[in-house]
Amino acid sequence: MKILATVKRVTDPDMKVKIKPDQSGVVTEGVEYKMNSFDEYGVEEAIKLKEEHGGEVVVVSVGPSASTKELRTAMAMGADRGILVETDEDLDSDAVARVLVEVVNREEPDVILMGKQAVDSDRNQTAQLLASYLDWPQATFAYTVEVSDGWATVAREVDGGTATKRIELPGIITADLRLNEPRYASLPGIMKAKRKPLDTLTPDELGVDVASRVNVLKYEAPEERAAGEILEDVDELIDRLKNEANVI
Amino acid sequence: MANVLVVAEHLDGALRKVTLSAITFAQETAELTGGDVHVVLLGQDVDGIAEELAGYDVAGVLYANDAAYANYLAENYAPAIAAAAEKVDATVVCAPASTTGKDLLPRVAAKLDAGMVSDAISVEDDDGLKFRRPLWAGNVITTVEVATPVKVITVRTTDFDAAEPTGAGASVEAFDPGTGAADGVEFVSFDLVKSERPELTDAEVVVAGGRGLRSGENFDMIMALADTLGGAVGATRAAVDSGYAPNDWQIGQTGKVVAPNLYFAVAISGAIQHLAGMKGSKNIVAINKDPEAPIFQVSDYGLVADAFEAVPELTEKLKDLVD
Ligand SMILES: Cc1cc2nc3c(=O)[nH]c(=O)nc-3n(C[C@H](O)[C@H](O)[C@H](O)COP(=O)(O)OP(=O)(O)OC[C@H]3O[C@@H](n4cnc5c(N)ncnc54)[C@H](O)[C@@H]3O)c2cc1C
Ligand SMILES: Nc1ncnc2c1ncn2[C@@H]1O[C@H](COP(=O)(O)O)[C@@H](O)[C@H]1O
Repeated sequence: MKILATVKRVTDPDMKVKIKPDQSGVVTEGVEYKMNSFDEYGVEEAIKLKEEHGGEVVVVSVGPSASTKELRTAMAMGADRGILVETDEDLDSDAVARVLVEVVNREEPDVILMGKQAVDSDRNQTAQLLASYLDWPQATFAYTVEVSDGWATVAREVDGGTATKRIELPGIITADLRLNEPRYASLPGIMKAKRKPLDTLTPDELGVDVASRVNVLKYEAPEERAAGEILEDVDELIDRLKNEANVI
Repeated sequence: MANVLVVAEHLDGALRKVTLSAITFAQETAELTGGDVHVVLLGQDVDGIAEELAGYDVAGVLYANDAAYANYLAENYAPAIAAAAEKVDATVVCAPASTTGKDLLPRVAAKLDAGMVSDAISVEDDDGLKFRRPLWAGNVITTVEVATPVKVITVRTTDFDAAEPTGAGASVEAFDPGTGAADGVEFVSFDLVKSERPELTDAEVVVAGGRGLRSGENFDMIMALADTLGGAVGATRAAVDSGYAPNDWQIGQTGKVVAPNLYFAVAISGAIQHLAGMKGSKNIVAINKDPEAPIFQVSDYGLVADAFEAVPELTEKLKDLVD
């Protein structure tokens, strides 16, 4: 089975992003980056599928040349090779999906594992757009995946409970929180990853116009919430809730 | 005509209240574009919900009853929604940013060659429609415009009041999208978590617990407090990760967004990713034994206390008050 997993390089979620004074973007100097956490779940699941069914795991990232670091991390976890589609532009999800369509056409994977959401841009669109462009079925927000006889049975985290669907492969699955525990890259894994093949392409070479459909005009900080008071005890809390906030 | 189409959502035979916030967003948008608001509803035996929707201030309700829509599947719904959008000449198609809206709308956008905005918190007309949306766990708000003729939007429902019924009596029309059921996809099951408590996203009061509670059993005291106030129960990702609470309770950047009148954060440190899902709450109470916990920087009322003592005491005293 040929498995494709996508990997986005995102700002470290433990760092607070700062906005440029001219509101044209966020400050990138001194910022640390890492693999989008949901993509770690996706890569882990891809490797598990390979362990169970055999085949190959190809990881792909669309972004700046520095994204080779996240691709190497995925290869150190166990992916077999990487593809970087290099661009310094900040693409919208639609442009990423159109780039990925061309990668899929070249690679012809049986299944694609992606994250449910990139935790920098928080859009939650790319996998569904890609599935629609390919006219493939999708199973988003997966917390269990089982593949047999060319179908994947996927249990999904949804509002109100859980939902299970079956999709015929090729299809796209996005990872949610409880899908698995991503493995750490071992030292031998890291050494090995350095020698694994990593191809670099450009959107141009793939024939994709990456013009955005959604343009960002301005970046701003949200309104801050003022800190309130520390109260003495439960009685004071009840008194305030009743007589000041009027909520009970 | 620059009409706006709202995708209505229902669960367990009832209209989901998040739809009403999307209707308000649609009304605000239609006001700017000079168009009408239409609603589309897919399902089986949804005539009653269609009639209910007609009681809101909208121009028309389109609905389709079909076995292919009996259970939600993006592959079947997306082409039908796209057909509805074309039928009513919609230039804006919107839905709540629920798990269904998030799953479905990008597929609709692809079908309509439309750009898509996730989690819109406002709409204005400033030389064309502009939308604001949070990203980076709510640390950043961007203002965006969509370059395509049709625009697809998921609406962050906590930022729009629920539309009130006006009893106006919009037209209700059954339609056949003619798109059928997709191959290669099967619905297996939907396991609804039945609960007497209100839905997290609708609740006036939310009591949320964190990892500091140390076990699933200890969430009982969170539930007891919630039940005393008729509230819903929430949790942090750390509590969900640790198996103390179901995933459906997770509040935050990668969970649900809530903005109740009263929010209790119990044994929650206040990580930015958690705040992203609750800092729009009107009144925030934090109970944490660590006076340095960042949650106190966003709470209106803080108690530096051991949750295992303070929460039961609070529940008992509130019970006396409510009775
Ligand atoms: C990409 C990404 C996305 C994320 N998305 C989310 C999200 O959507 N939602 C979310 O919640 N988190 C999310 N997180 C996780 C987030 O960063 C925090 O790790 C998490 O919110 C911490 O949960 P917590 O406050 O329950 O646990 P902790 O940070 O461990 O805090 C526990 C608190 O309990 C207090 N405590 C302990 N014992 C007691 C006691 N007896 N009485 C009173 N207080 C006590 C402690 O003082 C401490 O402040 C995300 C993280 C990442 C990296
Ligand atoms: N630039 C990118 N390169 C590789 N994968 C991406 C990129 N952008 C998005 N993705 C994938 O799509 C998922 C959802 O991203 P988004 O729709 O932007 O929230 C991510 O978790 C990634 O798996």
